[in-house]
Amino acid sequence: MTAYLARRLLTIVPTLVFVSILIFSLQQLLPGDPAVVLAGEDRDPSVVAYLHAKLHLDEPLPVRYLYWLRGVVTGDLGESLRMQKPVLALIEEKLPVTLELALIAMLIALIIGIPAGIISAVKRNTVWDYAANVVALWGLSTPNFWLGIMLILFFSVSLGWLPASGYVSPFESLRGNLAAMIMPAFVLGNAIAAVLMRHTRSAMLQVLSSDYVRTARAKGLDERKVVLKHALRNALTPIITLGALEFGTLLSGAVLTEQVFTIPGFGKLIVDAVFNRDYAVVQGVVLFTATAYIVLNLVADLAYFAANPRLRA
Amino acid sequence: MTTATADLATASKRDETPARRAWRRLLRRRSAVFGLAVVVLFIAIALAAPLIAPFDPVQTSWSAIRKAPSAEHLFGTDEIGRDVLSRVVWGARASLLAGVVSVAISLAFGLPIGLLAGYAGGWVDGLISRITDAMLACPFLILAIALAAFLGPSLTNAMIAIGISATPIFIRLTRAQVLSVKVEEYVEAARALGSSHLNIVLRHILPNIVPPLIVQATLAIAAAVIAEASLSFLGLGQQPPAPSWGSMLNTAKNYIDNAPWMAIWPGLSIFLLVLSFNLLGDGLRDALDPRQG
Repeated sequence: MTAYLARRLLTIVPTLVFVSILIFSLQQLLPGDPAVVLAGEDRDPSVVAYLHAKLHLDEPLPVRYLYWLRGVVTGDLGESLRMQKPVLALIEEKLPVTLELALIAMLIALIIGIPAGIISAVKRNTVWDYAANVVALWGLSTPNFWLGIMLILFFSVSLGWLPASGYVSPFESLRGNLAAMIMPAFVLGNAIAAVLMRHTRSAMLQVLSSDYVRTARAKGLDERKVVLKHALRNALTPIITLGALEFGTLLSGAVLTEQVFTIPGFGKLIVDAVFNRDYAVVQGVVLFTATAYIVLNLVADLAYFAANPRLRA
Repeated sequence: MTTATADLATASKRDETPARRAWRRLLRRRSAVFGLAVVVLFIAIALAAPLIAPFDPVQTSWSAIRKAPSAEHLFGTDEIGRDVLSRVVWGARASLLAGVVSVAISLAFGLPIGLLAGYAGGWVDGLISRITDAMLACPFLILAIALAAFLGPSLTNAMIAIGISATPIFIRLTRAQVLSVKVEEYVEAARALGSSHLNIVLRHILPNIVPPLIVQATLAIAAAVIAEASLSFLGLGQQPPAPSWGSMLNTAKNYIDNAPWMAIWPGLSIFLLVLSFNLLGDGLRDALDPRQG
């Protein structure tokens, strides 16, 4: 276990280095003098001069990268020119909102995806199976911002049940918070439910045809018990780890969903930064997301390893 | 007599080229045929847009602002009196173009780099694989948004951004396929006969890894169409007044309480096109699978 852990930890180092190079290079795509572009529309000479010095633009590229990397490693992701705040502080401020959204979305995805996958595998090639597959295809093919707009049309405009947009902190009003979050969370969860359903179906089909399930059935066990206790428990491990990797989809989706429902989270932060040409924020958000993804990937791998005794041998 | 007919049938099946066999299998799947038909329909609409669209897609009319669907404007009109149907028809061009061009960009980079990584192995493979890992660590759409933000908003830049963001998927797939094919006996035989590396890669490896790439490319077009719509929705794709489904939805969102038709049709179009590419991709996966009869 320790050897595996060490080896696995070592592989993420080069990945992180390349992620940082990739994100640093984004800046090189800007046309002309980065300091002038980064200074925004006013092009205040003092700001340009300040940026010139801060970004070490007189130094060669590799040296600039090292300066930038030193900042990143010590938690300095740069500064938002528009909001006059460190990028890291902005991320810390917006992240909880998106995390709440992501958690509710994941919960919805699990509630829909896993039972649908089980039913589809157990009742293979029946109407249930086809119906579940249609729902999965729908989830994979619907642009989530459109689904969001349609839900607003139905639940907010026509029925008047839910607020069309806005965010209420759960500390202010839990009820208001849930009312604001339920539609965006469903929109996000919908796509992930489809992926989970497909994973569950194939994992269950594999497990259901294995010897020990046949043995359990031969012993005369109740079919419900066979499916839920013997099969599902073993199928669940790969589903959970694969589910963890849907984190990227969740964050990508959050960008659009937060835009549709005007939720002041992580996704809205990057979109606003793009419009304000607040490039340091864009870089910071991408860097943070990629690092989080790599760490989550590692955790999922380790969980899989820990849950699977055959791999530990 | 029956044996003879059966023999003939087997013989004709054996003479069938792989492409023809895949085509025959594809046509057996109703969902794939539906997908193919809708894709072809959208291509026809995009090509014939000037002939089909009843109005000029950018022509504004102050006397027809946010008019509900009627005999004159089947899909209604938008906030500055443009015909929604005409804009949906012309929008098919931006979506299909973005889907196909982005995936072409990913293939143009991903295929050669993946071939190199898989065939060369060693440190070249190690380096390429780490870079691929790094790119895959950035969520697809977030990377595309960042690239589009730094490149500047336009349809061309959106296609480049989507293409680059999707490249690592193709590098990884190509590499994995090369790894499994390069140990086959016919590759060994070609090497023993003294074929050059380039010859082995292009004549013996490449043709055998095409089927999974076709499947992935089809599914990637579906993802690219959604990505283009997403970038346009955020204002990073096709710029107004040129029509695109994503930017139409962006405006429609503001008028959802009094002109819902502005949102329904462009969204439905994205959904149908993406669904069709997904169905076609799933169908191709089964049709190109050599394990199936």
